[in-house]
Amino acid sequence: MNLSRRGLLAASATAPVLMRVGDAQAQGITPRRGGTLTTILQPEPPVLQIGVNNQGPTLIAAPKMFNGLLRFSPTLEPLPELAKSWTISPDGKEYVFNLVDNARFHDGRPMTADDVIFSIMRFHTELAPRARAIFSLIDSCTAPDAHTVRITLKRAFQPFLLMFDVTACAIVPKHLFDGQDFRQAPAVQRPVGTGPFRFTEWQRGNFIRMDRFDGYWKPNQPYLDTIIWRIVPDSQSRQVALETGAVQLTSSGDIEPFAIPGLRARPNLEVRTDGWEYFAPLSWIETNHRVAPLADVRVRQAISHAIDRNFIAQRLWFGVGKPATSPIASATRFHDPSVRLQAYDPRAAQQLLDAAGLRPNAQGVRTSIKHLVLPYGEVWTRLSEYLRQSLRQVGINLELESTDAGAWARRIGNWEYETSINFLYQFGDPTLGVERTYVSSNIQRVTFTNTGGYSNPAVDALFLKAREAVTADERRAAFSEVQKLLASEIPQIWLMEMSFPTIHDRRLRNVISTGTGPNASFDDVFLAS
Amino acid sequence: MDPSKLPGFLLRRGVKAVIVLLAIIVCNFLLIHAAPGDPASVIAGQSGAADEKFLAQLRQQFGLDQPLHVQLWLYVKGVATLDLGFSHRQQQPVLLLVAERLPATLLLTGAAFGFAVLAGVAMGTLAAQRVGSWADSLITVLALACYATPLFWVGLMLVLLFGVWLEWLPVFGMMTVGANLSGFALVVDVGRHLLLPALTLGLFYMAVYARLTRATMLEVADQDFVKTARAKGVPEGQVTRRHILRNALLPVITFAGIQAGQLVGGAILVETVFAWPGIGRLAFEALLARDYPVLMGVFFATSVMVVAFNLLTDLLYAVIDPRVEVEG
Repeated sequence: MNLSRRGLLAASATAPVLMRVGDAQAQGITPRRGGTLTTILQPEPPVLQIGVNNQGPTLIAAPKMFNGLLRFSPTLEPLPELAKSWTISPDGKEYVFNLVDNARFHDGRPMTADDVIFSIMRFHTELAPRARAIFSLIDSCTAPDAHTVRITLKRAFQPFLLMFDVTACAIVPKHLFDGQDFRQAPAVQRPVGTGPFRFTEWQRGNFIRMDRFDGYWKPNQPYLDTIIWRIVPDSQSRQVALETGAVQLTSSGDIEPFAIPGLRARPNLEVRTDGWEYFAPLSWIETNHRVAPLADVRVRQAISHAIDRNFIAQRLWFGVGKPATSPIASATRFHDPSVRLQAYDPRAAQQLLDAAGLRPNAQGVRTSIKHLVLPYGEVWTRLSEYLRQSLRQVGINLELESTDAGAWARRIGNWEYETSINFLYQFGDPTLGVERTYVSSNIQRVTFTNTGGYSNPAVDALFLKAREAVTADERRAAFSEVQKLLASEIPQIWLMEMSFPTIHDRRLRNVISTGTGPNASFDDVFLAS
Repeated sequence: MDPSKLPGFLLRRGVKAVIVLLAIIVCNFLLIHAAPGDPASVIAGQSGAADEKFLAQLRQQFGLDQPLHVQLWLYVKGVATLDLGFSHRQQQPVLLLVAERLPATLLLTGAAFGFAVLAGVAMGTLAAQRVGSWADSLITVLALACYATPLFWVGLMLVLLFGVWLEWLPVFGMMTVGANLSGFALVVDVGRHLLLPALTLGLFYMAVYARLTRATMLEVADQDFVKTARAKGVPEGQVTRRHILRNALLPVITFAGIQAGQLVGGAILVETVFAWPGIGRLAFEALLARDYPVLMGVFFATSVMVVAFNLLTDLLYAVIDPRVEVEG
């Protein structure tokens, strides 16, 4: 996957669309114009402006109203969106994007290079921490003409293109934000983008409505007339809504995993677990290395031996996701399939704990560790209960503490925990989504940094090498080495490569066609009659 | 009731109400801020990526970088001018957010309240009139069952029965979205959506009223003035209505006053199960997101309701029973 030398000149903007339309026609179905898609959004996002808010639900709904420069295939190849083609200089420092020339914002104003530069250099850089970290590498960003953007980096950065998906860098209208406080601009309440659907109505706590944007830049698209997002806070009610046909689509965490087998059996519903390759969330037991027994690598290895990842994937998540084998998820670039984690082996776990000097007392307890249950729903509570059972068998007493989302984020951010559960998006490339958890330069009192406090100069050096290397081969070598090293040190105890079920009525077509699945624009989704 | 006493009564109660509300605001403020976590850390937690600058920006914008007593003073000052603050999370004034959600809750709880009072008193009266009969036993058992069953379970079962199996009624929401209904069609549509949640919410209170009415009516029925009424030949229906029921209503009104005070805040569970876009859910979600201004706005609205309904109940006593004097 050699991206840096890749020049995708003259890749037609319409080619992938035609291809999928062709697929559909091959099945004897032509895309049908019209129809309303009713789906679910949960929890209700506070605002729908990407950048101002980058929570999961926002990233599901808002991409229907916005476009990025690029989209990504399930194997994370860049595909054209607002950029119809692009070139990368051989030294990996200069990126030139050629924009489509017929894209308009929902208020009728044309989208030009100025909007793209504004979105990259000011909007997302000021608002979004992740964009800020990457876009600070930009030396200059200029517009040779109204539909060309040239970006020069201070140094080569191979994962750069991955930052141009709509979920990371949605192109926003400069004329509605320039000169204002971005968070408080009126456009935050009524989002205006170039996407296939325009914002129409939002009754808080009830529904959000988006209607077809007739001036969309792809001819004859989108196919749907309307998308309605119902806010349904109770998971049972969401399941009933899907079963009765009141909604035709659920995604993300709308449906609890234990309901999946029943829904799979329904002939009118399709259950899919792909479409999360770009995010590739990986879950783990978050361990705080400042707490006595957890700083010992043998204790961490023992815990890793004591848990059955297959059980977790099959019995708790009902096959939505698969056991982790490495700190880099298999959908993410540079995953090394030869890396193995500690196999399920309680006896080996006990030997390691013996070696670490943790002897069982009269009740068979070697040590007690506190555990903060992740407050994101029923299945996470079940996971923590399973972990307590498994660890008790090797003599570790896991004391579960419950909390709510606000307190959880605060405590993880302040390092006030011993163990917990955590999962992070990997964003396609280990430099973007994996490095942050393990390098010592990112030990911060902020959630989703290296809150565990793991520090290993060899790991730091390898991640740095992979970050700065120009070629994919050099990066692959560094990442392979760091994966092997991390797998033996097991600074966080990885559990599962997660996915989320996308469940939809079979009449709804093209729901998942890219590596961002339900987070994509839906401009090619249609309701067959 | 002596009408000349009314203005003085209202004035004294008004002053008391202001003091009570002020105390409630201060208590709420301190309690909410004592909970671990703050809105900035919640947003950072939900965004999946954050840095120090991001957190500092948010905290400054939310005014969380100011000392607690300054925040409290600013809030009390705002409430005095009916400015309930600004939700930086949702980028909207709290008053607007609360006002947007209040009608849905009032409709739901009002319907449940009306149903509970009417059905409860009717059932209680019927049971008391025919004490010991099969109708009495049936009503007593039904009331006990409704009283003892958890709300969310009743809600789920009603959804299963009427929504999933019979498919007579919609399973969630307040109206059919996207149908562009108006006039009578809209009323019918909202009514169909309202039926299950209002029933779920009302059943418990209905049971309370039925039991209360039955018990007090039986108590009153033994008193001398009832015997006198019967002895002087008042028809039985009139005895029940004018002599027994009217005198038995005072405890019912007391309880109805308490329930009415909870009209705004008491429906979180039902609103959640039926995805009803009301204020209870607004409060619950604000709590999870540590959206302090919204949470305090809802608490404020709720406490105003409680104070107002207490006042109304006291006035109503005097109307129902002229022997009761209004006193502040």
